[in-house]
Amino acid sequence: MNGSRSTGAGAAKGAGTMSDRPADARVRDFEEVDCGLTPAEAIAEAERCLQCKKPLCVRGCPVCIDIPAFVREVADGNFPEAARALKEQNMLPAICGRVCPQETQCEGVCILGNKETPIRIGALERFVADWERQNGAELPETARPTGKRVAVVGSGPAGLTAAAELARSGHAVMVFESLHEAGGVLTYGIPAFRLPKNVVKAEIDQVLALGVRLKKNHLVGRSVSVDELLGYDAVFLATGAGLPAFMGIPGENKNGVYSANEFLTRVNLMHADAFPEFDTPVLHGARVAVVGGGNVAMDAARVARRMGAKVSLIYRRGEEEMPARRAEVVHAKEEGIEFLTCTNPTRILGEGCVTGIECVKMSLCGMDASGRPSPEPIPGSEFTLDVDMVIQAIGTNPNPLLVSLIPGLGRGRKGNVVVDENGRTSIPHVYAGGDIATGAATVIEAMGSAKRAAAAIDAMLKEE
Amino acid sequence: MKRLYKVELATKLADRVYEYWISAPQVARHARAGQFIILRLHEKGERIPLTISAVKGDAVRVIFMAVGKTTQELATLRPGDSISDVVGPLGKPSEIENYGTCCVIGGGVGIASTPLIAKELKAAGNHVIGIIGARSADLLILEDEMREICDDLYITTDDGSKGVHGFASDVLKKLLEERTIDRVWIIGPAIMMKVTSGVTVPYGVKTYVSLNPIMVDGTGMCGSCRVTVGKETKFACVDGPEFDAHQVDFNELMQRQRIYMGQEKVSLERFAEHRCRCGEGGGHHE
Ligand SMILES: Cc1cc2nc3c(=O)[nH]c(=O)nc-3n(C[C@H](O)[C@H](O)[C@H](O)COP(=O)(O)OP(=O)(O)OC[C@H]3O[C@@H](n4cnc5c(N)ncnc54)[C@H](O)[C@@H]3O)c2cc1C
Ligand SMILES: Cc1cc2nc3c(=O)[nH]c(=O)nc-3n(C[C@H](O)[C@H](O)[C@H](O)COP(=O)(O)OP(=O)(O)OC[C@H]3O[C@@H](n4cnc5c(N)ncnc54)[C@H](O)[C@@H]3O)c2cc1C
Ligand code: SF4
Ligand code: SF4
Ligand code: FES
Repeated sequence: MNGSRSTGAGAAKGAGTMSDRPADARVRDFEEVDCGLTPAEAIAEAERCLQCKKPLCVRGCPVCIDIPAFVREVADGNFPEAARALKEQNMLPAICGRVCPQETQCEGVCILGNKETPIRIGALERFVADWERQNGAELPETARPTGKRVAVVGSGPAGLTAAAELARSGHAVMVFESLHEAGGVLTYGIPAFRLPKNVVKAEIDQVLALGVRLKKNHLVGRSVSVDELLGYDAVFLATGAGLPAFMGIPGENKNGVYSANEFLTRVNLMHADAFPEFDTPVLHGARVAVVGGGNVAMDAARVARRMGAKVSLIYRRGEEEMPARRAEVVHAKEEGIEFLTCTNPTRILGEGCVTGIECVKMSLCGMDASGRPSPEPIPGSEFTLDVDMVIQAIGTNPNPLLVSLIPGLGRGRKGNVVVDENGRTSIPHVYAGGDIATGAATVIEAMGSAKRAAAAIDAMLKEE
Repeated sequence: MKRLYKVELATKLADRVYEYWISAPQVARHARAGQFIILRLHEKGERIPLTISAVKGDAVRVIFMAVGKTTQELATLRPGDSISDVVGPLGKPSEIENYGTCCVIGGGVGIASTPLIAKELKAAGNHVIGIIGARSADLLILEDEMREICDDLYITTDDGSKGVHGFASDVLKKLLEERTIDRVWIIGPAIMMKVTSGVTVPYGVKTYVSLNPIMVDGTGMCGSCRVTVGKETKFACVDGPEFDAHQVDFNELMQRQRIYMGQEKVSLERFAEHRCRCGEGGGHHE
């Protein structure tokens, strides 16, 4: 599988291009881009680790993986022990190894980053998890049943993590998921070429093997009443930030304008790329504009590219400001996505169906509240791009459906559930974590918040 | 682990119109008037929305017209067969209150939605007038059921083969001239809802329509179902499906319903061919 490898373009920090399939081959399929490390490469990489006494890397990891410990086991070629060390803190290592923004987390603070390149912690984590999956995974131990019932709403990374932690503490956990598949964004959002669906499924199965029960097709607030939900001994809300934002520019409801969520769901969850073998349709644009600069925009652009389109990515700031993982920006460029930075759409053109998008160039002047340059439109710089499809990936908001139905649940201005550092909400036995509490963030932050909430729930249930 | 949803009863009501009872306890327990389910037949299936037309025990009734691939395939299922996924009840329930006199209008297969709404309005103390219309007498469904629920029931057919010769809008107009009507519900094809709701504008009668844009998840996560209501973008699956008719941009709705016409045709032709090869009648065997 590691046949031909490109080194080349992706020298960006944290961009694991060493083990990538060549761009011209990978844009033709949905197979994984990054082939991962061989055992020899993994051992060699692990041997570079200084085994710091006060490892900074661990502080960079929201779930506090004992990184030096697992890396040492890899260096010793002791992969089962490495897997055990990983899963002590993280039940979804094959997923995190692939999608964590390592350059701003563990690898960003690795001491080696000061002089040379940081240890490729994510790649090693993925290697160990893949090795374990292929060689038979071992389940962590669970405590004796406590007789307490906990409901978890949503089966994304936050829900899965809380469920696993609580099951390991001996509680009876019921996860409710409204879709017909578990995994949240891992399943419907992040495409298979970045996160193969068998990897997601295997890690979900590991969580279920701990005794966690899962009810799919259950939309809490509708299929399960709020009263039923609040009847559990504890509740963990992990309903995500799935509500897509639209720009509010003219022409947005024309045929051929998608939210990234819709486009990605049609392809990743419903397999519309394989229509008519699968029943769900999706439009195949010849020229596609994707608006946004985050992971979601990169994913949408690269999916459209794989479906045969010429793709332009429109982003209102500069490339350096893009919030996407570095590796994915590099990958997208390698795959021939055109980047139109400092550009903002003003109008979508067409009669009924999209025929173009009007944009304006943006100047970067001053600083906005977040300290990032705040872009302003440059008068008279309007231009039109001929496209037949537009995908908006400008962000998502907390899903209001359930949380707005729970009386007395404190919410912030953006609709997020207000929690303390342990995930406690304004209702005593109700906790929340992941994107519903933070707004759209990352897989690993969702997992970190879920772990803290699970620990607090466990403490509360044991006190009673 | 896989939960399966069983077909309990399957009846053909009219040409291409079927009544199915599907066991889905979590839906049946909570279903209210105006809500719908989304089902997925099997691993390769698409998710399609269907209105909850009645509830009994653990089962919900859907009434659908076999127009394309998925509805035609659904119509091949026999009692005892299973559907891979059913989620619901979705959408906001109808705004039921004691308004006084209410008129509930169904056109074509849209009549499927009317009994639950009429029943809940009746239970809330309203005087309920039903108008059900179809192209011709043989396509008219749920007449007896509606007659039982409603205080008055009018029937219209486009060809005059039964009841009033004409459209539901004609009857509605006449009623509005004769008496006070406090609220109107209209459920049917988009064009019928557009025309019929136009009738109530001069009378200033609050009118609800149940919109049927193309949906995927049905939980507010994708925006496929977005509609313009009063110049604002709304997601029909969570903000609706019922909206104030006088605020709805029906032309946009009809435009968006046509997005996948080309692919729908391919899918249907492929299914028809597959059925010919495998012989009529059998359920799906994916
Ligand atoms: C396309 C895309 C790419 C991304 N790429 C990355 C990346 O590379 N790296 C990274 O770290 N992060 C990435 N993210 C962000 C990351 O996926 C999210 O931050 C993370 O998934 C949040 O996890 P969560 O568990 O809070 O919510 P979600 O993953 O959104 O899961 C919420 C789940 O709850 C379910 N649900 C909602 N309401 C109800 C209800 N009432 N009843 C029952 N179920 C309900 C939903 O169906 C969903 O399955 C990406 C996001 C997207 C959309
Ligand atoms: C809230 C709601 C309630 C509905 N209730 C009923 C009902 O009670 N009885 C009934 O017969 N029909 C109902 N419909 C319409 C029904 O969902 C479509 O007829 C069905 O999806 C067609 O699928 P198909 O594959 O058979 O046909 P296709 O050939 O795929 O489509 C035929 C037409 O149906 C519409 N359609 C296609 N896919 C979808 C989709 N995923 N979601 C919504 N519409 C779609 C499109 O306008 C399309 O042109 C409802 C729709 C909505 C949104
Ligand atoms: S889980 Fe993510 S942040 Fe933590 S060590 Fe692994 S890759 Fe780094
Ligand atoms: S900071 Fe870097 S070198 Fe030090 S223990 Fe962590 S991974 Fe190894
Ligand atoms: S169907 Fe996806 S948001 Fe309504």
